[in-house]
Parts: sequence; C-alpha cells; structure tokens
Amino acid sequence: MNDQLIIAVTAMASAAVTMALGAIGAALGESRIGAAAMDALARQPDEASSITRTLFVSLAMVESTAIFCLVIALILLFANPFTATTAG
Amino acid sequence: MELHIFDDPVLMRLGPVPITETMVTSAIVTVVLIGLGAVMGSRVRSGRSDLLSTLALMTVESFDRLVEDIVGRRQTVVATIAATFFLFIAGCNLAGQLPGVHPATGSLATTSALAVLVFFSVPIAGIWSNGLWGYLKHYFRPNPLLMPLHVISELSRTLAMSVRLFGNIMSGHLVVGLLVALAGFLVPTPMMALDLLIGLLQAYIFAILSTVYIGAAMSVGEE
Repeated sequence: MNDQLIIAVTAMASAAVTMALGAIGAALGESRIGAAAMDALARQPDEASSITRTLFVSLAMVESTAIFCLVIALILLFANPFTATTAG
Repeated sequence: MELHIFDDPVLMRLGPVPITETMVTSAIVTVVLIGLGAVMGSRVRSGRSDLLSTLALMTVESFDRLVEDIVGRRQTVVATIAATFFLFIAGCNLAGQLPGVHPATGSLATTSALAVLVFFSVPIAGIWSNGLWGYLKHYFRPNPLLMPLHVISELSRTLAMSVRLFGNIMSGHLVVGLLVALAGFLVPTPMMALDLLIGLLQAYIFAILSTVYIGAAMSVGEE
C-alpha cells in the first residue's frame, strides 16, 4: 500500500510537471511561428495561401510536442504499468 | 465515469476476433464515403452540373493543385492517396461529434495503421519513380555515416504522425467528456466547435505530411 501510494503521488506530480513544461515549450514555439507568419504576410500579401498552408503545418508540428507530453501524462495517470493493479 | 483512453470497448466477438467500437465506426465511415463517391462519380460522368458533381470536381481539383504545389508536377496517384487520407480522417473526426459515437481516429490502433500505410508508401513511391538503386542511394547521401539517421527519421516521423493524430482527437473528445461531466449541458459547445476545426485541420495536416514525404521520396534523384 505504501509503495503504491508513493508511486501514485509521483505519477501525478510528474504528469503535472510534464504537462507544464510541454505547454511552455509549445507555446513559445507557436508564438514565434505566428509572429513570423504575420511578418511574412505583411511583406508579401500575394503569397497568403502558401504562407497560411505552411503556417498551419508548422503549427501542427510544433503543437505535436505538447500533444506528446499530454499522451505521456495520460499514460502516467491512467495506464501506468507500475500501478496496473488499480487500473480498470 | 468510465474512461476509454488507450483501450477500445469491445462490442462483440466473432469467434476469436473481437469487434471493437473503432472497427464499426471506421467501417461505417468507409461505406458512407464509398457510397458518396459512387454517387458523385456517376453524376460527374453523366455530365450534369448539380451540387454533388460540382463538389466532387472541386475536391479532386483542389487535391490535384495541392500535390502540384508540393511535388512540383501533377501526380494523380499521390493526389488520390492524399485525398483518401483526408476524406477518411475528416470523416472519422467529424463522425466523433455525433452523440454517442467514439471517433475512430481517437484510437491509437487506427492512427498507427494510417501512419504505417504512409511508412510503406514512401519507399514504394521512391522505387517506382527512381528505380531500386536510385532510391536506395539517397540513404547514403551526403555521407554513408548518415544512413542510421535517415532510418531513424523515417521511423520517428511515423510515430509522430500516429501519436499527433491520436493525441489531438482523443484529447478533444476527452475535454468535451470532462466538461459534460463537470458542467453539464451546452457548456462544452465552444469546445465542440473547436474540435470541428481541429478535426479538419489534423486531417489536412496528415494529408499534407504524407504528400510531402511521398513527394520527397519521388524526387530524391533530382537534387
């Protein structure tokens, strides 16, 4: 029981840290992409469709790091191999 | 509240084969898409200019132009692959908005299968357009020492594609479920609207990324 408690507390704390750091990194990266795309759109309005497509693809690729962190956090919380006895 | 994040609820069993909710959802989406495609195709072939045939022509034309922008020339096969990925993934994502339906792309099995399809399409397309030796040569450029990195990048982008699609759709569905459980009726509506956007966007990104990877494999000999 005591070991299980320690594992559960550690899993929750590490899920929180994972999510926090992952969100910070993705937010900084996405803000830079957005600013660069605005800059490019202001300079070359004719290239809007190409810039927008590249913008969305880059945003999704950067955001996927945050999504990986989310998946890892959910694995820690709901599919943790070390607390397999409690998982439904 | 029961959470199905990494597992699929099994509806019934056919002998040793479990029939999961994901399989049923994706099969229904496939049947609807094929039926719609058949109807649209017959409308286009009969020469009538109504809503469905115009929609079909617009879809095909936009994917042809997308592939032309990325690959550099018209490639009907690549456009077909990209459009198939887009329509299937978008159909699954949007079907998840119906009440009681679990989106098929919110299961790691479906997204992994799609990513594995892309993983195998890349060398097939490369060999088809450059020949076996011409394609294999690009692994040893610019330096034979970089060969492991080429292999690792192909594996890791397959993993990234599957987990990206799965994570986006599953997290959107999970947030809506949590909001319904915590706050109740009508509160999750803005999140569901966001899910509609994210579902279409992720389908578009999957199609674009598969086109980029296949296009890069087809043009390895032209550097």
